[in-house]
Amino acid sequence: MVNILEKVKKIISEQLDVDESSLTAETTFEEIDADSLDIVELVMALEEEFDLEISDQEIENIKTVGDVVNYIESKL
Amino acid sequence: MNGISLQKKTFLIMGVANQRSIAWAVARAYAAAGARLIFTYQDERFKSKVERLVEAEMPGSPLLPCNVSSDAEIERLVKEVEAYGVLHGLVHSIAYARKEELAGMYVHTSREGFRLAHDISAYSLTAVTRHLYPLMKEGGSIITLTFQGSQRAIPNYNVMGVAKASLEASVRYLARDLGPFGIRVNAISAGPVRTISAKGVAGFDRMLHHAREITPLQRPVEASEVAGAALFLASDLASAVTGTILYVDCGYHIMGA
Repeated sequence: MVNILEKVKKIISEQLDVDESSLTAETTFEEIDADSLDIVELVMALEEEFDLEISDQEIENIKTVGDVVNYIESKL
Repeated sequence: MNGISLQKKTFLIMGVANQRSIAWAVARAYAAAGARLIFTYQDERFKSKVERLVEAEMPGSPLLPCNVSSDAEIERLVKEVEAYGVLHGLVHSIAYARKEELAGMYVHTSREGFRLAHDISAYSLTAVTRHLYPLMKEGGSIITLTFQGSQRAIPNYNVMGVAKASLEASVRYLARDLGPFGIRVNAISAGPVRTISAKGVAGFDRMLHHAREITPLQRPVEASEVAGAALFLASDLASAVTGTILYVDCGYHIMGA
């Protein structure tokens, strides 16, 4: 599901003001200096884009861009 | 157009974090009514985001830093605001509690967590008002945002509910003090709105579902609807309204279960 990765990368780059081309599935949020508020903002944007709910528990398990993609795929 | 005009009036908007913030929805409503706005942001963490928002939609509006936990910062803010002339109102949409205390049992609240929640979420209204009201030489409207967790025990809201009770009591005392100056002080008790702060409360999505299930209007409130009430409170239509808690929650607060 390449297009989910692409969509997620686009949302992350917009939300967190990072260069989209620098993001891969392995990129960690720590690497791009995303703090807990950034993660919450990102989650809210993803919930709107993909029309789903990401629980508090699941938010804590998100460490990499790939984690986000896997989670969304599991929900769609 | 709703006919309410805030032309030639200046309002200070405190509490914009991003485009989902209730304070931002209020700012849009005030700007549409012709008000001149001054924004504050908490610290560097929020600066660029708020800056981009303001530049995109309300270019030229002053943007000033103010961490409300510091009297020195509040005093500096007031000096800067003074340069823009008479102030007609304040929108205070600021709250904070430690994330770990917005989950589980209230009984586990620490002394420091209690202090912090009350300092930022309740005292800040008094702190800011104390220094700003002398600038409101033509009277005006002060509004803060509260939540029904002040009146009822709502799961996970915990110490924030206790702080909101203090905030609501502060509204009454401030209204009493400032009435003689023509300054009205009110709170809007909004139903759950999907903001970054709300998402910090454990199980917030469940609260939204609950609102959909139990409110008479069968839906959660939109930030723009909270802004509509804030516009009313800031306008001359509300010239006799002070010291009140206005529920803008699709009727959430009247329901038992």
